[in-house]
Amino acid sequence: MKAKTNWQPVCTVADLVPDSGIAVWTEDGPVAVFYLPHRLPALFAISHSDPFSGANVLARGITGDIQGEPVVASPLYKQHFSLRTGRCLEDDTVSVRVYPVLLDGDRIRLEVPVAQADSVAA
Amino acid sequence: MSKQTLIVIGNGMVGHHFLEQFAQSPAAAAFDVRVFGEEKQHAYDRVHLSEYFTGSTHSDLAMGTEDWYREHGITLHLSEPVTAIDRDAQVVTTPDGVYPYDQLVLATGSYPFVPPIAGNDQDGCFVYRTLEDLDAIRDSANGARTGVVVGGGLLGLEAANALKSLGLEAHVVEFAPRLMPVQLDDQGGALLRQKIEDLGVQVHTEKATTAIVKGRSARLRMTFSDDTDLETDLIVFSAGIRPQDTLARACGLDVGERGGIVIDNRCTTSDPRIHAIGECALWNQRIFGLVAPGYTMARTLSAALNGDSGAAFTGADMSTKLKLLGVDVGSIGDAHAQTPGARNIRFHDEQAGHYRRLVISQDGKHLLGAILVGDNGPYDTLLQYALNGITLPANPEALILPDSGDAPALGADALPDTASICSCHNVTKGDICGALDAGCTDLAGVKAETRASTGCGGCAALLKKVVDSELEKRGVAVSTDLCEHFPHTRQELFHLVKVNGIRTFRGLLKQYGRGQGCDICKPTVASILATCWNDHILATDHVPLQDTNDTFMANMQKNGTYSIVPRIPGGEITPDKLIVLGEVARDYNLYTKITGGQRVDLFGATLGELPEIWERLIAAGFETGHAYGKSLRTVKSCVGSTWCRYGVQDSVGMAIFLENRYKGLRSPHKIKMAVSGCTRECAEAQSKDIGVIATDKGWNLYVCGNGGMRPRHADLFATDLSDEQLVQAIDRVLMFYVRTADRLQRTSVWMENLEGGLEYLKQVVLEDSLGIGAELEQHMADLVGTYQCEWKTAVEDPEKRKRFREFVNAPERKDPVQQWTSERGQRRPVLEVVSES
Ligand code: SRM
Ligand SMILES: Cc1cc2nc3c(=O)[nH]c(=O)nc-3n(C[C@H](O)[C@H](O)[C@H](O)COP(=O)(O)OP(=O)(O)OC[C@H]3O[C@@H](n4cnc5c(N)ncnc54)[C@H](O)[C@@H]3O)c2cc1C
Ligand code: SF4
Ligand code: FES
Repeated sequence: MKAKTNWQPVCTVADLVPDSGIAVWTEDGPVAVFYLPHRLPALFAISHSDPFSGANVLARGITGDIQGEPVVASPLYKQHFSLRTGRCLEDDTVSVRVYPVLLDGDRIRLEVPVAQADSVAA
Repeated sequence: MSKQTLIVIGNGMVGHHFLEQFAQSPAAAAFDVRVFGEEKQHAYDRVHLSEYFTGSTHSDLAMGTEDWYREHGITLHLSEPVTAIDRDAQVVTTPDGVYPYDQLVLATGSYPFVPPIAGNDQDGCFVYRTLEDLDAIRDSANGARTGVVVGGGLLGLEAANALKSLGLEAHVVEFAPRLMPVQLDDQGGALLRQKIEDLGVQVHTEKATTAIVKGRSARLRMTFSDDTDLETDLIVFSAGIRPQDTLARACGLDVGERGGIVIDNRCTTSDPRIHAIGECALWNQRIFGLVAPGYTMARTLSAALNGDSGAAFTGADMSTKLKLLGVDVGSIGDAHAQTPGARNIRFHDEQAGHYRRLVISQDGKHLLGAILVGDNGPYDTLLQYALNGITLPANPEALILPDSGDAPALGADALPDTASICSCHNVTKGDICGALDAGCTDLAGVKAETRASTGCGGCAALLKKVVDSELEKRGVAVSTDLCEHFPHTRQELFHLVKVNGIRTFRGLLKQYGRGQGCDICKPTVASILATCWNDHILATDHVPLQDTNDTFMANMQKNGTYSIVPRIPGGEITPDKLIVLGEVARDYNLYTKITGGQRVDLFGATLGELPEIWERLIAAGFETGHAYGKSLRTVKSCVGSTWCRYGVQDSVGMAIFLENRYKGLRSPHKIKMAVSGCTRECAEAQSKDIGVIATDKGWNLYVCGNGGMRPRHADLFATDLSDEQLVQAIDRVLMFYVRTADRLQRTSVWMENLEGGLEYLKQVVLEDSLGIGAELEQHMADLVGTYQCEWKTAVEDPEKRKRFREFVNAPERKDPVQQWTSERGQRRPVLEVVSES
């Protein structure tokens, strides 16, 4: 069955930093939201947690593109994660969770699984 | 037609090299090949045996793999020593069987000579040759306090170093009056001894051990012929090697009277079906105790077995260059001037601890030999002169005198095609050119093709020089692109930014790049922009360019928290400021440590806490220490003339001045400096990018040193400078570095890659040969003038402070993965890696 989700508002456009990321708290834990004004779509959200270190730091990485793929580089050990798929470019056995983003007025909403006892979401 | 059988006895370095050569030769098809090895493991790199103590495993050291043997149809018998050779029946015998051969190769190497001393066979006595030996030494070392090496030769000193690395108090006992009697003369030996004793290894020369008995304070006691004695827990014998020729003797092959299996130029013994290579072979009354000659024999034999009538071993160069306990030692050719009429030029700098001796032919035209102790800098050049009979300059002493400007640097071009570049794999300059003509386009390609510098590695620097200069000749554009987004070097980008007055990454990307950029080019460009315009690194355009450490102006730690390193110029701090540091650390529960850079590091601040903490530090008069930036880190100082009875200048004052002048300077890599108040050099200035040492006339300037991964001593750049001259020279060196170096290139690597190296840098800086001196100084002056403490600007600007919210929508939330435990009275992170996928 699909986990129940809702579109949680997490921040406003004013909070975003162009070409960079910010961290927000969601019902699904820490999430990194990126704003790349020079491409479409311009908003991306992936887990804030760096799978290689376990630390919540991905929002603080440097963004860019590798072979056209929008990526953020982990600030700790520099692996690149695709902002679209969450896949790690250096090690395809590793990936981070991706969250659908939506711009609603000047509010940013993320689709996150509803935190509840029987939630199947990780 | 049935195949013949080739048997190789001995699976060591040379035996393996022979098989590599033979397996890829035409003759391989005609033979079944069997190899017998006495050791448990297949061939490994004995040259780097000692690394076994510093973490390397057999597979790290292994040469080839057992699969490689299988793939090439070579049957490998390990732990199966050959016990006899029957030349009439043409069979070899092992404990497990009898095997016929048509061709037999002896590559049995040598064994360590253990002097006939009563008691030399008891527990705690070892030799240093195989992995098994090292295992045994390691076992016996734990619980032990002291270790003695018998033999002060090349291997002995290496063994002593190993004992040291095992935490033992190491002694070296040498029979001869000096260390390394074979390679060095008295002066060189004495200097080496002094340096090694400074490192805490005790040297005892002219000691003949008479007996080894049980000890009182330690496991063993050695007694010497002069009635002295020495107590130790273990003893390693390294008193020379003896060729392993037992089998050859037993089956009646010719052997030398001091041992060694006699071979001819084709590496064949007195029995035409039996050959010998490596350390077990005696050629022309000589044994070769180095790997390179063994490899040459291996290649010769392989060629001979392939019917190459020209194949001949014609001796080998025994020059050696090594680092023993971190001390450079080099010995080239006829080091002891045994050639009739040979003349000597000696240079001994007792202060710098350098000894250099040139042995020159009677007519003064050619270099016959050389000895170097303390600094192998000139080695490569000298070796080329000696090996290739290149005519010496009129003033040969210039080759060994320190920074005598006219030292004729022997450029790669000066070398003849026959010049041997890599002696391990016998690669000449000609071979390298061949590889390049055959299509290699870079160093890696040439290495793979010729195997140059894949042996002892000693030739790496020279190889790069040759390859680079040859590529240049061929007009091959070596890709120096910064990354996929910019087809330019850092230096080119710097130029573009400056001349076109470009002030943003976007602007540069639009004009000269493609794509969106990445974590390589963004910080690089950020650093360039900072150097050119000195805008605040948190100016909105620059924020997304910075490494997290630069963005948040602190070093990120493994759990996502940050460390804080306030600047403490010259390491001088008032008690009041020290107290503030303590209070802040206590209030925010920060792990506190004195760094290696004479200042204090406070670890464990969360993103949110950074601005508050800095507010307090700034209020107390602190500034950022740029521990996060590729920029000036610290200027270490010693207490100097104000207090120290030896100090001749105010080293603290100068250190503080320099640190305040260059703080904030953005550069390709970190910059470190130090100022010592006298030649005792307590501030370790010679290990810094910029090192200043006081003299009674002023300051000596050293440049381009560093510790870290590849330590390098700084080079003496200028002497007895006044304060003004000193600052002018440093301004120019630094600004020239910042403008021309590659990304993440420390000053040492930068300087080594400058065409013309140190001399060129001196011309640019001291003689202003490019006429840019004034411009460099002006640029530096502008930067010094516009310096601002990034943290001060940041905490004062609410917009910038917004960046420091851990979670923008939940200010009060603590990061859940930041768990703490306490250790030695302070807290530290607990954090186990969670790898989701
Ligand atoms: C804190 C300190 C260790 C300590 O507890 O003493 C330290 C800590 C770090 N060093 Fe260091 N180094 C520290 C002194 C040194 C020294 C000794 C010295 O400076 O006298 C060296 C060798 C000398 C030299 O650099 O020439 C040193 C050689 C390195 C290197 C290797 C550089 C090289 O060229 O090989 C790195 C890696 C790099 O920079 O690429 C490094 C990198 C680092 C980093 C920044 C690694 C990182 O990115 O996390 C560490 C973070 C510091 C932090 O979180 O605040 N650190 N590091 C020292 C801070 C000195 C200071 O006050 O600023
Ligand atoms: C600690 C150390 C440091 C060194 N550093 C350097 C250096 O810096 N530069 C340099 O050029 N050289 C160095 N050497 C010397 C170098 O290792 C030797 O020159 C090289 O290993 C010689 O190769 P080899 O094959 O002739 O002998 P080995 O590598 O010793 O191989 C001989 C093999 O034959 C086996 N064997 C012997 N008898 C039999 C038998 N009857 N049946 C089966 N197998 C047998 C032995 O067990 C051994 O494995 C160093 C040596 C040591 C020990
Ligand atoms: S370097 Fe000289 S002045 Fe400085 S502390 Fe050492 S001895 Fe004293
Ligand atoms: S000289 Fe040893 S690898 Fe080249």
